[in-house]
Amino acid sequence: MKPRVALFVTCLVDLFRPTVGFAAIRLLEQAGCAVEVPRAQTCCGQPAYNSGDRATTRDLARAILDAFGGYDYVVVPSGSCGGMLRAHLPHLFDDDPNLRARADALAARTYELVSFLTRVMGVETVEATYEGTVTYHDSCSGLRELGIKDEPRRLLGSVRGLTLAEMAEPELCCGFGGTFAVKYPEISVRMVADKARDAAAAGADTLLAGDLGCLLNMAGRLSREGSPLKLRHVAEVLAGMTGECPPIGQPARR
Amino acid sequence: MSAMAEPASFRARVAAAVADPRLAEAIARTTGTARRKRAAAVASWADFASARALGRDIKDHVIAHLGHYLALFERNARASGAEVHWARTAQEACDITVRICRAAGARRVTRAKSMLGEEIGLPHALREAGIERIETDLAEHIIQLAGERPSHIVWPALHKTREQVAELFRARHHDAARGADVAALVASARRELRAGFFAAEVGISGANFLIADSGAVCTVTNEGNAELTTTPPRVHIVTAGIEKLVPSTAHAMTLLRLLVRSATGAEVTQYTTFHCGPKRAGDPDGPEAFHIVLVDNGRTRMLAEGLREMLRCLRCGACLNHCVVFRTIGGHAYGGTYPGPMGAVLTPALDGLAANRDLPQACTLNGQCQEVCPVAIPLPKLLRGWRDRSWREGLEPATLRRSLALWRFCVLRPRLYRLAAGGAVRLVRMFARNGWIRRMPFAGGWTRDRDFPAPPARTFLEQYHRSSSARGERR
Repeated sequence: MKPRVALFVTCLVDLFRPTVGFAAIRLLEQAGCAVEVPRAQTCCGQPAYNSGDRATTRDLARAILDAFGGYDYVVVPSGSCGGMLRAHLPHLFDDDPNLRARADALAARTYELVSFLTRVMGVETVEATYEGTVTYHDSCSGLRELGIKDEPRRLLGSVRGLTLAEMAEPELCCGFGGTFAVKYPEISVRMVADKARDAAAAGADTLLAGDLGCLLNMAGRLSREGSPLKLRHVAEVLAGMTGECPPIGQPARR
Repeated sequence: MSAMAEPASFRARVAAAVADPRLAEAIARTTGTARRKRAAAVASWADFASARALGRDIKDHVIAHLGHYLALFERNARASGAEVHWARTAQEACDITVRICRAAGARRVTRAKSMLGEEIGLPHALREAGIERIETDLAEHIIQLAGERPSHIVWPALHKTREQVAELFRARHHDAARGADVAALVASARRELRAGFFAAEVGISGANFLIADSGAVCTVTNEGNAELTTTPPRVHIVTAGIEKLVPSTAHAMTLLRLLVRSATGAEVTQYTTFHCGPKRAGDPDGPEAFHIVLVDNGRTRMLAEGLREMLRCLRCGACLNHCVVFRTIGGHAYGGTYPGPMGAVLTPALDGLAANRDLPQACTLNGQCQEVCPVAIPLPKLLRGWRDRSWREGLEPATLRRSLALWRFCVLRPRLYRLAAGGAVRLVRMFARNGWIRRMPFAGGWTRDRDFPAPPARTFLEQYHRSSSARGERR
């Protein structure tokens, strides 16, 4: 029996980079999963949660429990949204044992994409080719809430033609922080400019990450600076989809 | 930038900070060294993780039994000949300290660096009382000369480059150094400060640990200035927050190992001194009177308000050195006594949330502060706690509340969300040129200094469900 996996696509991927969702499906199917995309999905709730609006976060979390309750696994192509479901969602229901138990059960079955492939499905290599030198940005939530560090690098190491060149500070926050990026642009832009400098100095032609929030922020800054660096979600490279979709911000070749 | 001229709003202070290239240079130099040395110290300490857990447990135990240890400390300190004073507020703490100074006939006091002293406004209170204050810590001396506030809890003058310090010393020292090399600057400060050490009637210090089973006060420094501040004058006053309590010297040493490695990456401080009562018969030196002012100033209220874990804080500064926001805006931008992540938690508790609502918000919640904290304070969780309260109390701007209400309406209705999402991406695409949006109404926060990649015409859910219904699948 193939495990039934629900893809929690995340609102950012849904709106701004659908290819990440299709790359995730391809990787999950290659790993032997039966993938479904529940229709009743919207957002993980971080905009409300990180703004202090607990009531809305809870309402949305209950909807997530209903929509994603019946699967073997829930997989999220984002460390940030994955961390929300795994590390934070249960604590929204500290005062309600029934919902807390359901949230704990969901959290235990929820994984960020790359860590699901490696830790649960035992994936060691991928069938993909990428001719180029990439550098990998560790998104904060994936790194510190979910402990994801080696997994993406290990899988990238199996991509034919790919060389990995590390930044000086790959674990340094890029300055996205959800609504932080628009609430405090003067701070956020300085942070992302520092990140852009570090990425440019790594000697890579492509900057990868596992979170679209960070990628939009870094891509937006690098574009404004006129940098030739290409940006992609790591899933696109691992799924071998780079020939089918251009890097973030570059028009489709048709 | 003098203390008097600091802008009133967080945003204005941030704007001033990011416009100052010398500040960026100064922060990068000192915090970079601190991060490297801390990483090396932690890497070479095989038991760091268990020491960290032990440190956390020691602090939690004391906080859970605060009343017991305070009573024990007071009894033992009195038995050693110290006078113990209790101050509920900053004002009370300053009043008690000034009263002791006046009773000692002090016209001049020396002070060893103490963040608690800054917190309660002691420099200001001494000035109001007409008592001359000589700061003996090198960095505190620098900022006293410059008329500024500390910008870091371990390196108060972190915001100044050594070139700026050399300039300041040339203008203010009687016998100033010529060059800008560190040794010459230290020698210059030593010449300037030396006479003051022996002219003061009262020496004031903080405390790193209050040791309950002996009544002793432990101070640590790297310059030896605390010893020169507390030994020659006739009177020594300690001002200390009640969270500095530990059960015994052994507990203090466990915490000291964590503190020093986290702060500077060294294995131990140059000077670790235990002050236990005044000079006794036969002692060659020491103060004739020894006063300990135990300060609450909101700490017991923090216990009741969900900030219990914050009372673990050892004031090592690691969370500042590693915080990417602190590295970008420096300490003064935070506006309170304590900057960085620990300051963003403490300042709303000490000075009120309404005036400081930006501090818990101006954070990406990246978690690096918690990762490096030697007593595992869950700083992001505590910052979120302030955000929750700020929302509940209606302190967040109306524009944010309105946009989140609209967002809420959509995300709780998946069908409406799919329609709205599809509409939104097609609307946003209208502003794109060559794949990028360079300017868009209501998006200035993003697009002033960043582009935004144009989204494709169909959302993932539209594309996916269109193709799956074409295949005759039902989801």
